[in-house]
Parts: sequence; C-alpha cells; structure tokens
Amino acid sequence: MEALTAEVVVNTIKELGSMVLYIILGTIILEILVYLVLGKIFKSKYTLPYMLMIAAIFGIAMLVIYPIGYEVRLAFTNMSLRHFRSYTLSWAQGLKNFGLIFSEPVLKQIRFFPLLFRTLLWTAVNLVFHLAGGLGLAILLNRQMRGRGFYRALLVFPWAVPQIIAVLAWKGEFHYEYGFINVMLKSIGMQPIQWMISPFWNFAAACITNIWLGIPFMMIIILGGLQSIPLEFYDAAEIDGASRWQQFRNITLPLLKPVLTPAVVLGIIWTFNNFNVPYMINANELETTDILVTALFRSAFEYHRYGFSAAFAIIIFIVLFIIASVYIRITHGLKGAYE
Amino acid sequence: MKNKNKQSNIYRFFISPSRGDSPFKRMAIHLTLIIACAIAVYPVLRIISVSLRPGDRLLSTSLAIIPKDASLYSYYRIIFEKPFLLWLWNSLAITVTTAFIGLILASTSAYAFSRWKFPGRVPGLFFLLTTQMIPAAMLVVPIYILAVRFQLINSYRGLALAYSVSSVPFSIWILKGYYDTIPRELEEAAKIDGASQMGTFFRIILPLSTPALAIVFLFNFMMAWNDWIMARIMLQRENMFTWPLGIWTLAGQFRVEWGAFTAASILVAVPVMALFLYSSKWLISGLTLGSVKG
Repeated sequence: MEALTAEVVVNTIKELGSMVLYIILGTIILEILVYLVLGKIFKSKYTLPYMLMIAAIFGIAMLVIYPIGYEVRLAFTNMSLRHFRSYTLSWAQGLKNFGLIFSEPVLKQIRFFPLLFRTLLWTAVNLVFHLAGGLGLAILLNRQMRGRGFYRALLVFPWAVPQIIAVLAWKGEFHYEYGFINVMLKSIGMQPIQWMISPFWNFAAACITNIWLGIPFMMIIILGGLQSIPLEFYDAAEIDGASRWQQFRNITLPLLKPVLTPAVVLGIIWTFNNFNVPYMINANELETTDILVTALFRSAFEYHRYGFSAAFAIIIFIVLFIIASVYIRITHGLKGAYE
Repeated sequence: MKNKNKQSNIYRFFISPSRGDSPFKRMAIHLTLIIACAIAVYPVLRIISVSLRPGDRLLSTSLAIIPKDASLYSYYRIIFEKPFLLWLWNSLAITVTTAFIGLILASTSAYAFSRWKFPGRVPGLFFLLTTQMIPAAMLVVPIYILAVRFQLINSYRGLALAYSVSSVPFSIWILKGYYDTIPRELEEAAKIDGASQMGTFFRIILPLSTPALAIVFLFNFMMAWNDWIMARIMLQRENMFTWPLGIWTLAGQFRVEWGAFTAASILVAVPVMALFLYSSKWLISGLTLGSVKG
C-alpha cells in the first residue's frame, strides 16, 4: 500500500506547479501576440476583449475543439488495440465504420436502434418522474406551514450526496439477499426481485436510482419559480370562480414556463448523457441496461474499437443535438438568453 | 397539565393554520412529505449504518440504522490500511488547481462577452452552449488516445489539463449573466475619475461579483471533484487514483469491501454535503442567473 507521505505531496505540488507556470508563460506570450497583431497592425477597437478571451479561446481550442476534430479523424480510421500505431486512414474506412453502426451489433448483441429506443425511453421515464415528483413536492412545500425548512433540507439530500457514492450505495441495496428493498419485500411476504440478473429489473433499478437522484433538482428549481408567482393572481382567480385545477393550468403552469424550459433542456441533456447510473448499477455487464453513452464507453474501452467508437460518438452527438434543437425550437426556450 | 400542553404542541405542529386548508388535508400533506423525506434520506442512513457494523457482520439483513454493537473499525481500516488519504490528496490537488484555472479563464472572458459587441459574439455564446451537450463519454475517446500519444497517462498534469476547461463554457454563461446585472454607470463613473478599462474590471466588477465568482468556483470544484469517467481512463496506477476511482474499486465488481466503502463514503460525503447544503441557496440562484433574467 502506498501512503500519503511528504514526498508525495512535494512531487504533486512540483508537477502541478510547473504546469501552472507553463500556462502563465503561454498566456503572457498569447497576450503579447494578440496585442501586437490586433492592436498595432490592425488597430482594432476590439483588441481588449480579444485579449481578455484569448486564454480561454486557446484552452477550449486545444482541449475541446482539437480532441473533437481528432475524433472525427479517428472515425475514418480502423484504429483498435491491434492497430494502435499502424492504422489506416481512408474515406472507405470511414464509410465502413458509419455503416457498421447500423448494420452490425454495436456491442456483442445489441444493435443501434434498440439502443436508441432504450435511451429515449430512459430519458422520457426519468424526466417524467423528475418533473412529476419535483412539481408535486414543490407545490406541497409552497405554503406556510411548520417544518417547511426542515422538509426542504431533508428532501435535497439525494442531490447533495456525491453521485458516485449514491449510485454505488444503491447498487449495494439491489443485492438479492442483503439489499434493503428485497429485505422489505420479503418481510411483507413478497418474492424478492433479481435486480442484478433480470434484464427488466436491472433497467428498472437504474431508473429508480436516477429518479431518486434527480427529483430534488427539479423540486428546488420549480419551488423557486412558484415563489415568484404573486398570490394576488390566485385570489383574483378564486373570485372569478376558477377551480383549483383551472388555477393550476392557467396560472401556475404558464408562469412556471420560463423556469421550467431551461431546467427541462438541462434535464434532457443530463439524462441522455448520464453515464454513471446505468454503467454502475449494471454490475453484470448486461447489454440490456446499456444506453447509448455507456455502449459508447464499452465499445471504446472494453472492445477497444477506437475508430468505430469515434464514429459512434459522432452519431450520438447528432441525435442529441437534433432532440435538443427540436425542443428549443418548439418552446422558444432560449429566446432572449443571448442579450 | 404539562402533558396536555405537550400534546397541543404536537397538534399545532402538524395542523398549523395556513391558507384555508382543512385539518385533514394538512395532515395528508405532512404525511406525504414525511414519506418523501424518508425515501430521500433512508439510503443515506443505510450507508452510515453499514459503516458502523463490526467487521464480521458487514452483510446482514437487519434494517436497524444503528447496529447493535456499533464499531468504528471500518473507519480505522479505511484511514490506516487503505491509501484513502492519498486518494483524497490527489483529488484535492488536481481539483483546486483546475478550479482556479477555470475561474480565471471564465471571469475575464465573461467580461468581454458582457461589455463588448465584438464580431463573433453570438456564435461564440451559441458554441459555448453547444459544448454543454457533448457527452463526457464522447470526449473521453480522443482525449485518451491523445494522452497516450503525449505520455500524459498516469500524471496529475494530464488529468488537470483535461478538467481545466471543461466547465469554462458553463462558467462564462453564469458570469456573463451576473456582469450584465451590474450597472454600467458604475464603470463610467470610475472612468471619469481616471481609471482604465482593466482598472474598473479589477476594482469594481470583480469585487461586486464575489458571490457569482464563489458559485463558479464551487461548480468547477464539484465538477472535477466528483468526476469518475475521465479519471478512469487517465489514471491506471492505484497510487494515482482520485477518490471516486478509489471508492469505485472498493465497491468493485466481484469482491465488495462494504465496511471500507461505506466508511470512505461517509468521510467524503459529510464535508461535501455540509458545503452543499450551506451554499445551496446561492447555487440555485447561480443556476438560474445565466439563463433566466427578469
């Protein structure tokens, strides 16, 4: 076992410190370059904003744009563990990679379209429960009563626990013999469930975990929105004889929209891209619990098909981009966010 | 007499006066909330419970929160017999470095986005939003291969670089939203008094934005602190692990070390949760600042 010694601490600080020094040096060089080129040669009036941004632009270019460009290039190669250094790059190989995604199983058995369907199901189920649970609890909490702060503090627990810990703990609780769910089921005389082996129940287990994790975020966001709705609206509606349901439909929901839309966009993206929950709950590597992103990780790091998985990643990104754009287009969710 | 008083207190607690709801409805609301709280908290209590079990009874069908012969043996084991403190140090060193780098990059760029209409501003903001949709699992493939090429696997440097800009786009959005709310008159007044553009940024904008900067730092910190997938591919030696990787190996596929896993979880989670609950009000306002403005 390695322990935390003074030597380790010094080494860490040396390594990270020298990195920071290089970054500072690089930034100074970049700033001087921008100043000379934009300020002295082009006499641009935007020299200062570009100088403010250049470090971030360079960082994002090197660590986000360059890797993505590299990934596009990878998609046209046959790189794998066997062909790690001696891979071939060609249009034909690229077409073959993209074709393979739709014509052959992506992993051992599962094909692309069932996987896509399961990912959409996963996103829909989680989002519906997050919204319903969050909205319900927020409405219950949005009133004057005893213990409100106490309830609120307890209800955000699932959001506050580091996700890895929560997911691994839930994985333990789905144990056939010792997990509390099965112990409780048995004590009320029901059959325990094979959470880790049955394909259906394993997927259900992942959903339960993620629903538990996601409700507090929606609850807090919606509660904030509810509190900004003036009570006079409801008083006026009551005088006009509107029922509770009519008040909810015609006052609460429309006025919540500016808060809900960005929260739902984030929710879709986070759930669609959720890696930790389906990957870790799935201890037996059931392909029936995989969603697109976990299948992507497996195809790259368990099957080591780097070229193929790069093509796969591009397809996944396109799917997500389409879904999010359609949603934003329908709801005009980000109108005015640019100004 | 005393007893009766106590009873009425309990009665008042559950059935307090509120906007014209019937006592029955109020009871139902409290009951629902209590059940919801139990569901939210019980799995967390279970972690505490397992961590307190003595070594020979880690697996048990008992549902008691405090086990009968509670012991701190698991905590002793995780601290003195596992490289847990080393994992925490690795995480802390990498996370703090990257959170500061991210904060500095974002705070200056957000100022440019907030105060100048330079060419490429709107496409830039849109691009920053788009990067939020890239799945971590997608970036991980090219970053792994590039890291192998540049020999950055198993180094603090590689992981710190990979984290450093990943939360910058989100931070820019939040900070831009906050800077937008600071009146320009303040800067103009400072300029009349002879301050330069950068002088006003450092002396007026930054001090006024302390709460937003704190939120962004916290976001950057949490993102790197809780990350598993990037660390998984970049670090292969156990003594380089960050805590999420370490905890994951304890709760591993075949041999789960329940005592060590739960004790480590509690030691990590308690400070994080305290910080989180303490700052949760700011966190929420920070989340909505960038996207929803009145």
